[in-house]
Amino acid sequence: MTEKHDIVIVGGGPAGLAAAVAAYDAGVTDVVIIDREEAPGGVLRQCIHNGFGLHKLGRELTGPEYAAVYAAEAVKRGIRILRETMVTAVSPDREVTACSREGILKIEAGAVILAMGCRERSRGALNIGGTRPAGIFSAGTAQRLINCEGYMVGKKAVILGSGDIGLIMARRLTLEGAKVEAVCELMSYSGGLTRNIVQCLEDFDIPLYLSTTVKEIHGRDRLTGVTVVAVDESRRPVPGTERYIECDTLLLSCGLIPENELSLAAGIPLDTITGGALVDERRETEIPGIFACGNVLQVHDLVDYVSDEAELAGRSAAAFVRGEISQEKTVTVSAEKGIRYCLPQRVHTDAGKTELYMRVAAPAERVKIVARDGERVLLEANRRRVAPGEMEKITLTPEMISGAEEIRVSLEAWK
Amino acid sequence: MVYDVAIIGAGIIGAMTARELSRYRLKVCLLERTNDVAAGASRANSGIVHGGYDPEPGTLKAEMNILGVEKLFRAAEELHVPCIRNGSMICAFGAAEEPAVHALYERGLVNGVKDLRILTGDEARELEPELSGEVSLVLHVPTAGIVCPYKLTIAAAGNAIDNGIDFYRNFAVCGAEKTDEAFCLRAESGETVEARYVVNCAGAYSDRVAALFGDGDFSIIPRAGEYLLLDKAEGGRVAHTIFQVPSAAGKGILVSPTVDGNLLTGPTAAAVESPENTEITPEGVETVKALSARSVPGVQFARVITSFSGVRASEKGGDFIIRTSERVPGLVHAAAIDSPGLTSCVAIAERVTELLSGAGLVLEPKAHWDGTRPDTEAFRHMNDEEKDAFIRENPDYGRIVCRCEGISEGEIRDAVRRAPGARDVDSVKRRTRAGMGRCQGGFCMPHVMRIIAEELGIPEEQVTKKGPGSHILTGRL
Repeated sequence: MTEKHDIVIVGGGPAGLAAAVAAYDAGVTDVVIIDREEAPGGVLRQCIHNGFGLHKLGRELTGPEYAAVYAAEAVKRGIRILRETMVTAVSPDREVTACSREGILKIEAGAVILAMGCRERSRGALNIGGTRPAGIFSAGTAQRLINCEGYMVGKKAVILGSGDIGLIMARRLTLEGAKVEAVCELMSYSGGLTRNIVQCLEDFDIPLYLSTTVKEIHGRDRLTGVTVVAVDESRRPVPGTERYIECDTLLLSCGLIPENELSLAAGIPLDTITGGALVDERRETEIPGIFACGNVLQVHDLVDYVSDEAELAGRSAAAFVRGEISQEKTVTVSAEKGIRYCLPQRVHTDAGKTELYMRVAAPAERVKIVARDGERVLLEANRRRVAPGEMEKITLTPEMISGAEEIRVSLEAWK
Repeated sequence: MVYDVAIIGAGIIGAMTARELSRYRLKVCLLERTNDVAAGASRANSGIVHGGYDPEPGTLKAEMNILGVEKLFRAAEELHVPCIRNGSMICAFGAAEEPAVHALYERGLVNGVKDLRILTGDEARELEPELSGEVSLVLHVPTAGIVCPYKLTIAAAGNAIDNGIDFYRNFAVCGAEKTDEAFCLRAESGETVEARYVVNCAGAYSDRVAALFGDGDFSIIPRAGEYLLLDKAEGGRVAHTIFQVPSAAGKGILVSPTVDGNLLTGPTAAAVESPENTEITPEGVETVKALSARSVPGVQFARVITSFSGVRASEKGGDFIIRTSERVPGLVHAAAIDSPGLTSCVAIAERVTELLSGAGLVLEPKAHWDGTRPDTEAFRHMNDEEKDAFIRENPDYGRIVCRCEGISEGEIRDAVRRAPGARDVDSVKRRTRAGMGRCQGGFCMPHVMRIIAEELGIPEEQVTKKGPGSHILTGRL
């Protein structure tokens, strides 16, 4: 069966929902969201803690509540959401193939918005030594089992990785009666938000061990314990610092990876650092008419920022459908010393006010983010403190962009 | 009931032997100590169909390997298990190692390996552009191939079960007594079965099983091999299976595509104390990376999706042990089956059957024996139109559960229903690949657990990762 629609959105999480609503409000009403789960909302459905929406909606919501706000907006507009439907292919000429209990569906789309989100790094990818017992979960899997399925995953846990999901799950396990023995972090700083370290660890007296990793997993059938070890500046284990911790559960919260298998198969070039597509200021990938937003593009700190980015992509896709395409050339935006990546990776010279999002390479204090065109300084923005766990943003004006040849962004000392 | 034959161990040798015996009008049982077939070396090895240049001429290994290659390809076809003749290359790095290539070539000729060729480094790089520039001479073995060892084991056991043999799981034999006419085999659970003949294919435990019968004339040396499996994005790095000639730098580290399209590197070889020792070590991982980079420098180890270790059952004599017990009439050993055991499995099963016949077992062919097994991956290989029509008849196949590998609910239900049925999450993974992709089950595990629970009619809390003791959930909230 083949259908035609103006905009097809792959993924009905926070990014997909916000993009759909924004595209609709920009005047393109034939919008279809395709989602693999039984209900839209994506990972927010399992994030039952609060802290969502403060920036975007001005109130503090739980994940399901935040998703419900956007789902309701989509429903109000009559936007079609295909559930339990998995997109299996997107072609460069925007034919979308999806699979559901009804069969195989093909849609010729005017524009496509990729909003597939991300996945967690697995144990295999971490190369932790030892046995392979039950009781090892990625933090998000444990979160789903507890919050959506209503099951407990263990009694005594160690968590590797102090990203936000790891921190949130330390608190969640504790609230459900488990003992969290330790949260270990390979780096010398936590990748999580400060508020989560305070509210999820300190308030519950859960120890956080920095520069520490899990070296070995023990237990044949179910996990019986882990050996943790301190690491040096180059993240090598320090011999003699090994310590055995008895536990029946190990949660891994060691990073998120944008799920770009569909994008790769479509031939969309990706950024090796973000793991997401290379995009312009409108979030269009290098394949015309295919846009990307949310955690499939870059892993965000807060869902509020996902919604912002998705709205931009939704408006841009609507403009594309209406034939409003910039004819101007693009200039590249590149990350230089101290900055790990910068997004978008290119801007049209006729772009309006453009926000550049970036992550720094390491924590630093009293620094400035500097944007240059060649040797010419476009913008300097002082920051009292920066950390890789908190995304930074600067805003370029049309005047800065219009004459530029190449834009380079770096982190420099504050003088 | 007294069985005619009890086979101890449902690895590839036990499963193939069961299939071979299922041709005849016999009552046969296959006894397995764990929750699934292919629990030991058959789960975690290189998956290589060896050409036959390596074993010493005159050994059982050489004989079984040469006999086994074509038999294996035929069995794999009948069982609908992918088996690809991709050829292998054995590489020498510089003049000092080149004599080894010539020696292997000569040995291959003596063993009867067909189509062997010696290539210069440049000739080899034309066939295999990612091969290291340091490779100077190569033995090319076009008859060699790749196969998935556990899929072959599952299919062979399933076909045997379909042809009437009985499969007992969680039956760890801990006692064997001779009664008037038969052996009484006792499991740790207390369960017993009786059988007139016994085949010992207990892998790394086969010396212990022999000892239960009072036959202790061999001892197994478990050797662990660690592997790294890489993402399908690396699967096209090489087309052939790339070996290195044995040298001071190591022996047997290979870089190979898998039949599923991933890239496999490994194994190490370390003597371990226990057959249970399938641990991954940081040293092993580093060794695999360093040595595989020696032959194929471009491998992107950032794309490792999992590491695993398998224990091979070796014996100090170095050869397979396939013989009727001298002390215990009615007992046949198929032990110490390390490499090239997978390649030899059908030949070994046939040899075991001959030995049983020689010991007095009467082999009377069944009137109706079907050596084929339906293609369990048929759905995955359909085109969109075929899938669409199939899903309309069978909607469960339209619900994708494992997003990384694109596995549907229907395929997972099949894995539980089709003999030998999966009873745990890892068994579903081996049958369907659900959970074997990039996310390693992060997304699909809760779905897989629910489907297993539904199919088996048990609460989800009782679903295990890999059998008794490996529960995943600790209770309801």
